[in-house]
Amino acid sequence: MAKADFQVPELKQYAEIPTIEPGVMAHSAPFKSKEEFQGALGFPGTLVDDWQPKAIAKMGDLLSRYRSLRVYMDSCVKCGSCTDKCHYYLGTKDPKNMPVGRQDLMRKVYRRYFTLAGRFFPKLVGAEDFTEEVLDDWYSYFHQCSQCRRCSVFCPYGIDTAEISMAAREIMDSIGVGQKYCNEIIGKVYKIGNNLGLPGPALADTLEGLEEDVFDDTGVEVKYPLDQEGAEILLVTPSADFFAEPHVDGLIGYGKVFHEAGVSWTLSTHASEAANFGMFIGSYENMRRVAMRIREAAIKLKVKRIVFGECGHAWRVAYSFLNTLAGPWDFLDPRYPVPQHICEFTYGLIQEGKLRFDKTQNDDMVLTYHDSCNVARASRMGDRPGGQFDIPRAIIRATCNHFYDMDEETIRDRTFCCGGGGGLLTDDLMEIRVKGAQPRVEALNNVMQEKGVTHMAAICAICKSQFTKVLPYYGMEMDQIVSVHQLVSNALVLTGQADDDEEDTVEDEAA
Amino acid sequence: MSFLSSVYAYLYYFAAFVLIAGLIAKIVQYARTPAPLKIPTTPAPTTRSGVAFRITREVVFFESLFRGNKWIWIFGWMFHFGLFLVTLRHLRYFVDPVPAPLQFIQPFGVYGGIAMVIGLAGLWARRLLVDRVRYITSLSDHLILGLLVAIGLSGLMMRFVLHTDVVRVKEFFQGLYVGQINQLPADPFLLLHLFLVAALMIIFPYSKLLHMPGLFFSPTRNQVDNPREKRHIAPWAQRMEQEQEAQ
Ligand code: HEM
Ligand code: HEM
Ligand code: SF4
Ligand code: SF4
Repeated sequence: MAKADFQVPELKQYAEIPTIEPGVMAHSAPFKSKEEFQGALGFPGTLVDDWQPKAIAKMGDLLSRYRSLRVYMDSCVKCGSCTDKCHYYLGTKDPKNMPVGRQDLMRKVYRRYFTLAGRFFPKLVGAEDFTEEVLDDWYSYFHQCSQCRRCSVFCPYGIDTAEISMAAREIMDSIGVGQKYCNEIIGKVYKIGNNLGLPGPALADTLEGLEEDVFDDTGVEVKYPLDQEGAEILLVTPSADFFAEPHVDGLIGYGKVFHEAGVSWTLSTHASEAANFGMFIGSYENMRRVAMRIREAAIKLKVKRIVFGECGHAWRVAYSFLNTLAGPWDFLDPRYPVPQHICEFTYGLIQEGKLRFDKTQNDDMVLTYHDSCNVARASRMGDRPGGQFDIPRAIIRATCNHFYDMDEETIRDRTFCCGGGGGLLTDDLMEIRVKGAQPRVEALNNVMQEKGVTHMAAICAICKSQFTKVLPYYGMEMDQIVSVHQLVSNALVLTGQADDDEEDTVEDEAA
Repeated sequence: MSFLSSVYAYLYYFAAFVLIAGLIAKIVQYARTPAPLKIPTTPAPTTRSGVAFRITREVVFFESLFRGNKWIWIFGWMFHFGLFLVTLRHLRYFVDPVPAPLQFIQPFGVYGGIAMVIGLAGLWARRLLVDRVRYITSLSDHLILGLLVAIGLSGLMMRFVLHTDVVRVKEFFQGLYVGQINQLPADPFLLLHLFLVAALMIIFPYSKLLHMPGLFFSPTRNQVDNPREKRHIAPWAQRMEQEQEAQ
C-alpha cells in the first residue's frame, strides 16, 4: 500500500454522505506557475499590482462573452441538489468542495460588483469584496474541481461548475496567478508538439520498437507510421500512449485495428497530442491555438479522416469543440464524422464482422468499465445519444468473456470522475487526487467483492494515469487499470497471425 | 378614493414596471450573451424538438432535481405546482369576463395555496436541518421563503378566516388598467398580502428568482448535441479568428 501523509478515506459497502468539515482542504493548492511558463500563453508572469480591478474587469469581460457564466451566476436557488454530488466533497468533507460551495466563491464576488443587491446589501445576499483571502480560496478550490460536470447532471438548471472553474482560472491567469502544471504543459505543446515534450525522433524510435514487439508477438508486420503524407487517417492520441503502461497497450491495439481494416494511417509529430489543456484553464485562445495544430497537421499530411485515441477531456474538445475551434473541415472526406473516436472506428468494424476475436485471451481478467467523465457527460459516440456508454461496452463484450458493470448510480452519466481530471494530475495535488478517487474506488471495490472483478477498463489517459497512481493508496494494484484497446489488442486475431491455430478458432465459434 | 388606495395604486404601477422592465432587461442580456462553445450535458437531444422536450420536462417535472434529490423534489414541486394553481385562480382578478376553464379551476387554486405553503415549509425545514444546505443558505434565502410563506398565509387567512370583498379587489385592479384608482377594501390581511406581493414583484429581477428565465437560457440544457454536423461559432470568436488570420 502506498504511503500517505494524509488520511486515506475508508471504503464503505454503501456510499455515505459525510457531514461537513469547513476548511479542511484550504491548504491544498497546486504549485504556482513561474514567469517563463506564463509568457508563452500570453499571461502576465506574476501577480500584477492592481490585480483587483483587473480581475473584476476580466470577470465582466467573461460575463459578456459566456452565456453559461452569466446565467449560472444568477440562477442558483441554493436548493442543495448538487451538494452531495461532487467526488471531492464526498472524499474530503470540505463544504467548499460542494459544487454550489465552489460556485459561491465566485458568486459572492459577482454579486458584490455586478448586482444591485450585492452593491447595496452585501451581507444580505452573501456578497463579498474580492480580497486577497478570497483570491487564495479561489486558487485552492478552483484547483479542486476536475471539471467533470457531475454536478450539472443533477442541478435543476444544469448549472455546470466546470464552466465556473474554467472562468475562475482564466481570471486568475489574466492577473498573473497561473497553475504550473497546466501552463507548463501547454508551453510544451507549443514548443514540441505534445504534453510530455517527446521530440519527433523519440516518437519514431518508440513506434519502431512497437512494430518489432508486435511482429515478435504475432508474426505479422503491423505498421505504426509517423508523418506519412497521403495516409487516409490521421490518428491523434494522448502522448502518454507513446510510452506509459497501460496506455501504450492501447496504442498497439489501435494499430492492429487499422491494420485489419486495411486503411493507411499515420501519427503526426506536429499534432502528437490529443489532450488540450487550454480547456482546463478556460482559455479559448489557447485552446484554439492547440487545436489548430491538428488542422495544420491534417492539411500538411493530406489525410482524409481524423481519428482520436482514448482520452476523455481530449475527446470532449475533439467532439464538441474541434469544429468550432479549427473547422470547417470541408477538405476531409464528408462520409465520415470529423473527428471520429477510435472506439467508433473499431465498433464499426465489429458491426461489419471484419474483426475476429479470441475472447479467451482475456480470460485472466474479470472486467468492469469506468465511464470517463468528459466522454460520458460532454460528448457522444455514434449517432444516438448514449452511444458513448454503449459503444465501449460493446467493444469490451466483444473481446472479453467476463464483464460486470459497477453500481448504476456510479456509471454512465452519473459516473464519478477518477479524481485526476481538469488539470489536477500532478504530484503536488496528491492528497486531493487520492481523496477525490474515493467514490469511484469504493464502487470498484464493491464489484471486486461481489463479482470477483479484477480489472477496470477505461478510455482516458488521465484516468489511466490517475488510477495507476492512486489505487495503491487503497491497497489495490496499479495494473488493475487497463485500456479498452488493450483488450482489443489481446483478443484480436490478425489475418495470417502465427499462433492462429485450429484450437483457438474452434473455441471462438463455440463461445 | 382613499389615501391608502392611492398608495397601493402607485405601488403597483411601480412594482409592475420594475418587474417587467427588469425581467425584459435580464432576458435581453441573456439572449445577447453568446454561448461560444457547445456544452450540452450529454446524453443530449440531437434535434431542436428534442431540446424543447427536454426543457419542458425540466419545467414541468423538475427532471434533473428528481434525479438529484427526492426530498427537495417533493417539496419543491409541491410548492411550484401549488403556486401555479394559485396563479391560475388569481387570474380572475385580472381578466374580465372570467373564461370557463378559469372558473373551473377556482377550487383547485385553494388546494394549491395549501400545497404551496406546505411545500415552502418543507423547503425551509431542509435549510435549517440539513448541514450542507444550511451552509449554503444566506439571509436572503430565508427572507424569500419567509416572504412567500407570508403571502400564502395572508391569502389563506382571507380565504378561510377574515374574508375580503373580492369584487372590489377586482374593481381596483381593473381600474389600474385605465389609470383609474378605485377604492381598495381596507382589510388588514388584504393590505398585507398585496404589500408583500408588490415586494416580491420588485425583488424578482434582482434575486435568485431569476432561475425562472435562467432555466430557458442554460446552455447545458438548451443546446442541441450536433457539434460535428454543424459548426457553432460565436461572433466574438469569429472576429478573433479573422484578426489572427490577418496577422
Ligand atoms: C418556469 C418556472 C419555474 C421553474 C421551472 C422553477 C423551478 C424551480 C426549482 C427546480 C427549484 C429548486 C427546488 C426548490 O427549492 O423548490 C426552485 C426553487 C425556488 N423557486 Fe422556482 N421555478 C419557477 C418559477 C418560480 C417562480 C415564478 C417563483 C416565484 C415566486 C419561484 C420561486 C422559487 C423559490 C423561492 C425557490 C427556492 C426555494 C428554497 O428556498 O428552497 N419559482 N424553482
Ligand atoms: C396582485 C396580485 C394579487 C392579488 C390581487 C391577490 C389577492 C388575493 C385575494 C383577494 C385573496 C383572497 C381570495 C378569497 O378570499 O377567495 C388571495 C388569496 C391567496 N393569495 Fe393572493 N393575490 C395576489 C398575488 C398573490 C401571489 C403572487 C401569491 C403567491 C405567491 C398569492 C397567494 C395567495 C394564496 C395562497 C391565497 C389563498 C388561496 C386562494 O384563495 O387562492 N397571491 N389573494
Ligand atoms: S465539475 Fe465535477 S469536480 Fe467540479 S464541482 Fe462539479 S462535480 Fe465537482
Ligand atoms: S443544484 Fe443547482 S440550483 Fe441547486 S444548489 Fe446546486 S447549483 Fe444551486
